[in-house]
Amino acid sequence: MHPAFSIIFLTTLIGAGQGLFLALYSGQLYSVFKLLPGENPNFYVAGSLLALLLLVAGLVSSFFHLGRPERAWRTASRWRTSWMSREVIVLPAFMGSVAAWGLIHYLGWNPVVVTFSENIAIDMSLLLGAVATLLCFTLFLCTGMIYACIRMLQEWATPLTVINYTLLGGSSGFILATVFAAWQGSGMIWFFGGWSVILTALAFITRAASLFRNARLKRKSTLQTAIGIRHAHIEQKAQGSMGGSFNTREYFHGASQGKYKSVKWAFLLLVFPLPLILVSVGLGSHTFGLLLAAFLVQYIGLLMERWFFFAQANHPQNLYYQTV
Amino acid sequence: MKQLALVIDLNVCVGCHACVTSCKEWNTSGTAGYMSDMNPYGKDPTGTFFNRVQTFEVGQFPNTETVHFPKSCLHCEDPPCVPVCPTGASYKRESDGIVLVDSEKCIGCNYCSWACPYGARELDAEQKIMKKCTLCVDRIYDESLPESERKPSCVMACPTSARLFGDVNDPDSEVSISIRENAGYQLMPEWGTKPANHYLPRRKASISIHKDELIRADNPLKKERQLPMPDDSDPTLDETTSW
Repeated sequence: MHPAFSIIFLTTLIGAGQGLFLALYSGQLYSVFKLLPGENPNFYVAGSLLALLLLVAGLVSSFFHLGRPERAWRTASRWRTSWMSREVIVLPAFMGSVAAWGLIHYLGWNPVVVTFSENIAIDMSLLLGAVATLLCFTLFLCTGMIYACIRMLQEWATPLTVINYTLLGGSSGFILATVFAAWQGSGMIWFFGGWSVILTALAFITRAASLFRNARLKRKSTLQTAIGIRHAHIEQKAQGSMGGSFNTREYFHGASQGKYKSVKWAFLLLVFPLPLILVSVGLGSHTFGLLLAAFLVQYIGLLMERWFFFAQANHPQNLYYQTV
Repeated sequence: MKQLALVIDLNVCVGCHACVTSCKEWNTSGTAGYMSDMNPYGKDPTGTFFNRVQTFEVGQFPNTETVHFPKSCLHCEDPPCVPVCPTGASYKRESDGIVLVDSEKCIGCNYCSWACPYGARELDAEQKIMKKCTLCVDRIYDESLPESERKPSCVMACPTSARLFGDVNDPDSEVSISIRENAGYQLMPEWGTKPANHYLPRRKASISIHKDELIRADNPLKKERQLPMPDDSDPTLDETTSW
């Protein structure tokens, strides 16, 4: 498939935003149960603003994928059948709940709802954060399922697609949370940093699993089933157009084999081992710059990862275009 | 339930592209908007088409055969492009099974084209909406046309009658009979899309003749042997024959 940069930015930006929110909320949850030192509300306000910024940037980017963006409001209508429609509903809902969660912290309108034992108080922001967390995971599911539900694209049609979107978003977001905590001088930095290492390692396992799986795919369609002629030697002589068509542009990545392969190795390096080293060294030496570098290096790697995700998918219609 | 479709006979298609040009001529004035052309007289002409003819060479020299392969939307009975559409612009008509795109609702997100394994949909580069074969829905019900012309324009244009049009769910229709009697098949059946359009394979008239049917291997009575010339002294045929 032809990698669309609007979608590459959409999925990587909202992934980081979702991960960042999950990190902040789990930090808040841990501090309520006295497993972590508590944070002042401004920490969550600034964090939710940063997460919202990423989500809005992703949403804006997605509009560049549409031929008729002015009609985008219609996309919410087919949630019964279309994962894309579901994503279009869940993304603003998640953004709204993150905004509300930040606003509650900002206004201090945070009444205690339930109190457990003597000193564990469940307040309003914690309940709202739980709703946002649910929406966050639903959004990961929707984003992943947009690709995983197309069974014709065999590289995508696997649960690993959803798992990878979730874990890569989580890894990116937790590294960003570590950067954010270092900037704010928060005591949660080790919590975020530790989980970012775990999530990055997990994401490496599942992404490697999908690469392993895709390298061994057995194609369901062949040129023989595409045109219905049973012969071992079929050669295409004409594709029905002289200067190419939508079919020759949309479904082929158009990059050389060298570029294709180097992007794969580059993302494997930039998304997993490099950020792990940078985060570990940055945490140990308390260097903000190294942590920021970890996030940025991984983000560039994630752009490449998403590019490769598209480029690797081989559409069965390409069988009708043998000489592209 | 009615399911209109095309049956394309690869046995008679000569690859003349008359269906391609006729389709474009008719549909560029269609209700879904024109079919744009980019750089039509330049170096790399490209544009929107509902129907294209491709050519394949089957076999290796000297035993090769050229197969011209017209390709358009197959109007699947279970179209994968319809449920994925986020706006409902892509839909299948209950009344006759034609798969259409509502040009007023389409947002040009390309998602339906990803779901179609046949690559039958094309995003119009100028209007930024998805385009596809409509089975000439604006022709086939047009009562101002004579009944014999209420067919898709590709069918009207085909000089070899390689394209048939009709209801594939009616067992007595011309298309159903031709599918049944000429081994009509569907493209990429492995995806379970149940394409309504069918293709008729190359067919050759041939019979199996064994060698002993040509040369009698065993003829004990020598029935077909050339008989000896009668002697001049023998009676003529007019009287009695010697054999």
